[in-house]
Amino acid sequence: MLVESQSPTVNILPSKRRRARPLFDPPIVKRAIWDSFVKLNPITMMKNPVMFVVEVGAALTTAYMIRDWRAGTTDLGFTFQITLWLWFTVLFANFAEAMAEGRGKAQADTLRKTKSDTIGHRLKNGDKIEDVAASRLRQGDVVICHPGDIIPGDGEVFEGIASVDESAITGESAPVIRESGGDRSAVTGGTKVLSDWIKIRITSNPGETFLDRMIALVEGAQRQKTPNEIALNIVIAGLTLIFLLAVVTLHPFARYSVNSAGAGQVPSIAVLISLLVCLIPTTIGGLLSAIGIAGMDRVMQHNVLAMSGKAVEAAGDVNTLLLDKTGTITLGNRQAVEFIPVDAISEADLADAAQLSSLADETPEGRSIVILAKEKYQLRGREVSEHEAKFIPFSAQTRMSGVDLDYRSVRKGATDAVIEFVREHGGAVPSRLTEITDHISRSGGTPLVVADGSKILGAIHLRDVVKGGMRERFDQLRAIGIRTIMITGDNPLTAAAIASEAGVDDFLAQATPKQKMDLIKKEQAGGRLVAMTGDGTNDAPALAQADVGVAMNTGTMAAKEAGNMVDLDSNPTKLIEVVAIGKQLLMTRGALTTFSIANDVAKYFAILPAMFSVTYPAIAALNVMRLHSPESAVLAAVIFNALIIIALIPLALRGVSYEPMSAAALLRRNIVVYGVGGIIAPFPGIWVIDRLLGWFRLA
Amino acid sequence: MTSNGLLQITVFFLLVLALTKPMGAFMTHIFEGKRTWLHPALRPLERLIYKLCGIQEDQEHRWTGYAASLLMFSLASLVLTYLIQRMQGFLPFNPQGFGTAHAAQGATAMTPDLAFNTAVSFTTNTNWQAYTPETTMSYLTQMVGLATHNFFSAAAGIAIAIALIRGFARHTTETIGNFWVDVVRATVYVLLPLSVVIALFFVSQGVIQNFASYTKATTLEGAVQTIAQGPVASQEAIKILGTNGGGFFNGNSAHPFENPTPISNFIQLLSIFIIPAGLTYTFGKMVKDTRQGWALFAAMSVLFVAGVLVAYPGEQSGNPILASLGIENHPTATQPGGNMEGKEVRSGIANSALFATVTTDASCGAVNSMHDSFTPLGGLVPLVNIELGEVVFGGVGAGLYGMLMFAILAVFIAGLMVGRTPEYLGKKIEQKEVKMVMLAVLVLAASILLFSGAGAVIQFAKNSWINPTGPATANLNNNGPHGLSEILYAYSSGTGNNGSALAGLSANTPWYNLTIGLAMLIGRFLMIIPLLAVAGSLAQKRIVPASAGTLPTHGALFVGLLVGVVVIVSALTFFPALTLGPVVEHFLMMRHQLFALLLIPVWS
Repeated sequence: MLVESQSPTVNILPSKRRRARPLFDPPIVKRAIWDSFVKLNPITMMKNPVMFVVEVGAALTTAYMIRDWRAGTTDLGFTFQITLWLWFTVLFANFAEAMAEGRGKAQADTLRKTKSDTIGHRLKNGDKIEDVAASRLRQGDVVICHPGDIIPGDGEVFEGIASVDESAITGESAPVIRESGGDRSAVTGGTKVLSDWIKIRITSNPGETFLDRMIALVEGAQRQKTPNEIALNIVIAGLTLIFLLAVVTLHPFARYSVNSAGAGQVPSIAVLISLLVCLIPTTIGGLLSAIGIAGMDRVMQHNVLAMSGKAVEAAGDVNTLLLDKTGTITLGNRQAVEFIPVDAISEADLADAAQLSSLADETPEGRSIVILAKEKYQLRGREVSEHEAKFIPFSAQTRMSGVDLDYRSVRKGATDAVIEFVREHGGAVPSRLTEITDHISRSGGTPLVVADGSKILGAIHLRDVVKGGMRERFDQLRAIGIRTIMITGDNPLTAAAIASEAGVDDFLAQATPKQKMDLIKKEQAGGRLVAMTGDGTNDAPALAQADVGVAMNTGTMAAKEAGNMVDLDSNPTKLIEVVAIGKQLLMTRGALTTFSIANDVAKYFAILPAMFSVTYPAIAALNVMRLHSPESAVLAAVIFNALIIIALIPLALRGVSYEPMSAAALLRRNIVVYGVGGIIAPFPGIWVIDRLLGWFRLA
Repeated sequence: MTSNGLLQITVFFLLVLALTKPMGAFMTHIFEGKRTWLHPALRPLERLIYKLCGIQEDQEHRWTGYAASLLMFSLASLVLTYLIQRMQGFLPFNPQGFGTAHAAQGATAMTPDLAFNTAVSFTTNTNWQAYTPETTMSYLTQMVGLATHNFFSAAAGIAIAIALIRGFARHTTETIGNFWVDVVRATVYVLLPLSVVIALFFVSQGVIQNFASYTKATTLEGAVQTIAQGPVASQEAIKILGTNGGGFFNGNSAHPFENPTPISNFIQLLSIFIIPAGLTYTFGKMVKDTRQGWALFAAMSVLFVAGVLVAYPGEQSGNPILASLGIENHPTATQPGGNMEGKEVRSGIANSALFATVTTDASCGAVNSMHDSFTPLGGLVPLVNIELGEVVFGGVGAGLYGMLMFAILAVFIAGLMVGRTPEYLGKKIEQKEVKMVMLAVLVLAASILLFSGAGAVIQFAKNSWINPTGPATANLNNNGPHGLSEILYAYSSGTGNNGSALAGLSANTPWYNLTIGLAMLIGRFLMIIPLLAVAGSLAQKRIVPASAGTLPTHGALFVGLLVGVVVIVSALTFFPALTLGPVVEHFLMMRHQLFALLLIPVWS
């Protein structure tokens, strides 16, 4: 497994974003402006009920304006400006959506470049090679790739080993090893073989490859509205209908009032539509799809490929995180931290034997023993070749490794294996050994017993090293209500020690795939949403069962198919960031909905007094902003309503700022900022626009 | 405001607070089927009813079955009431001979549209009265046709609330209870015993209870006065306890035979709030977190206090035009000051303002003063209360399920702001719930606004069947903004199932009887059915355990949020209409402009 050893930042949201683009990239902006007009097509607009109402309103005022112009009505300036701004409102909302989409499209274009014109060397009848275009390769075909070749399609390596440059997909330039068998056999079309050769059995048909799916995803072609988005759409569509009722019935109420007071006139269609557009939640209606697309895009910027928006949304809801111990919570390799001799043996002698047995041991554990011996006892690496040394590598049967030299047999390995070795050589087991090994196990370490022939010298304390900053991360997760469960194959004793050191809430020791699955089901039965990462084929069922399953890109195809996200960096810790992005997505929606509704209060105070200033002069008391004329008041409200959409595009694309804190604290902050702020902000905003309109003599 | 008035309001609220827990705990026991101290006496009656009606006590229904039972029950009792009214001339207990040739001059004819309107009105717990009871209804009609509805519509309201609570309390189940059992229990254990006690108390205060024919009296001036009689106390108790509000007399609780003393007035106020307030505790108890119930109670209390604190000073400050004419407007030792028009002297300003607030907070609709005569701001409070959806304690059951509807909406909108898909009490609020809640909110707004809008402009020929007076606005007593308020109030009251009237509107014409009747049906059933659907959907869901990431729905923050959502949603919906009604009327009054009796019709 490839483990990125970047030091985890204390904050859940990392500052590092590899694929980050500037928010307003000129080519994207240019394309988005064009798209804003294309999206005016009523058939596409209908999918967004709020903005559709605005478009119909704009079309109606345009029609009335033309009628009035034909009839030769004098005061066209006001209606013209209103019409113009209504159209702007629609365009601004379209622009927001197009901006969000544009970022994905730009990325898709880059990916497409790697796809075109790849030639695959197809093996026919065993060894005959024929060159075919990648687009003609079918499932089950076998291809061979040599250095410099672009792998023509997704597949499974069944022969050979090669280093592969996957930067086209992952953006990571360091090559990775792909080999037959095991969990590193999956290759992705579009990546490049750098050295050696591999034979690949193609596993996907053209158009269904990982790259194809990736392009479709980032482009948003398959984008479906997520459940929460649909629910929110229902709310804002419902509010739109309510405001439609309020404005439509204002017409008869106004007629009654005008008749009764014998003064003024019923507000014109343009003014009524202005009121309607100001009241309906255009801010959230215009930005809703942009928020969703941008959320997916943000996940993408973290090099995670979400198969659906639903998965990102679910990430925000996660209650339980299942994290593999190795590589996620700990550094991945156990390291020697202490030599503990038995009986009369000195620590230096033990260190010496341990070092000797590990000189040829290239495992991380072996190297850490050599390093510890050097640091503690200044034991330098000896040139062992001058002796007649025979190295015994570790094997699953013997569960020992070591060296035979100068009539010595030095061994280190699992406790019971070494004890058996010593007994075979006629030695005895010192009574204190069990005490030592138990002590090491209890503290979360793994004991490696060292023996020299028939004599047991002592034990090496190997310990999992918890990554820096993990405890803080788990504390933050706890603060936002997420429980972390560590999954490990270790025995319960070791697991408990690591768990308490890392600060996770719970652990599952000696975990088998079935136990993992049962744990997920148990959590889900309790109403919790579970997220996990996995890479091996045996993780696939659990990945499929979990609500959020993040497969590592280095993992098998089965794992990638089962999960609903793929982490291209294969960094399991990133699950935490995905959760944060999911939360941010939901928060942004809630914040802008609240803001949008809160804004309406000020708009009523601007437009209603303007509508009836002649019918009931006393109503001027409601003109709290002291807007200078009825036309200016209506226009200022409409302009504010349109401009706020543009002003909030960056927020919609970036998401509201999020720091881990309790739900209560978050709610308080967001209600103050977006609720109370939403009520207050339009008052000065509309006032300023009113002054500017007066200044430029526009109204 | 006088300190005496404020003290009375404070004492009233503290008593409501004190009674909430015992009342709520008792109802929890009843609806969870546990034994209470009333069981030895009333359990046989309960079982007898089950036996007679063939109700399977332990059988439960899905929400659809529950809703179907409610609709069948309502339809059957509606038809029955209609028939009783239409045939009252042939039925006993009719000493005044209503519906017969012996009816006195001036008696109101029980036309089909009036009978429809009244039957709907009592079935829907509205008790809108387009007629004058003492000149229209026989004692039998009042008792069998109307008072029984006062029990059953209230019991049905409580049942619906309990069903919705079960939706939250239960998990992974299809059923939400048995409508018939819930209605029987609500009636037998809650409404009936309390009504008996309260009725006896009213009799002690001087409320009448007889079957006598009307008394003819000769006044000191020598004029002949007819004093209406009847079985009042028995109907009065359930009128307020069940938040029904339909008076035995036209004067309602302002009539000395209905509400004779300050103490009876106080008990009436208390009786209106006692069940709705108690249900908030029942809610908390049944969802196993009483803090949740108190949060709803707190939100309701905030809105109640806000209402009183606008209505009371609004009435006490009186009419500035009178003040400018040199008439004493301030309370003194000998007179109350302020706006006493349309108020009983024995009630005074504080108790009239309080009653108006309470009766519209709850969907009661009983009145002890004439809302039409309130100052614009004082009158704005009852109107706004109704338009908030009567969720400030609200009608029995209706208040709770109305408030829960807003809670779902509040949780959905604000819940997103904590970065999770919204949850309320561990239940995820998703498409289905949101759809149903929005449907209910939308339907209520549509009914009020569309009917009022039509009422403000619709034209009929003079002497037409549908509205003999001519255009719909010809039935108004006042022109200008106050006239608009009268129309708005009528449809708000109907849709909100309140039943109080701003008066000033002659509503007994086919146009108003039919449209207000329709508004009442919409306001009752098109709100209940979506909410039962919500209950059914919630009951099926799992309960997500609360964590630090869960939106807390029991603290001051949530209370504030809930109040905000109730006020903002309603305010945004009705602000334009209210602006052209009471709001502008207030500003005009400040400019010394009044809209008194409409002497010369504007429309011609």
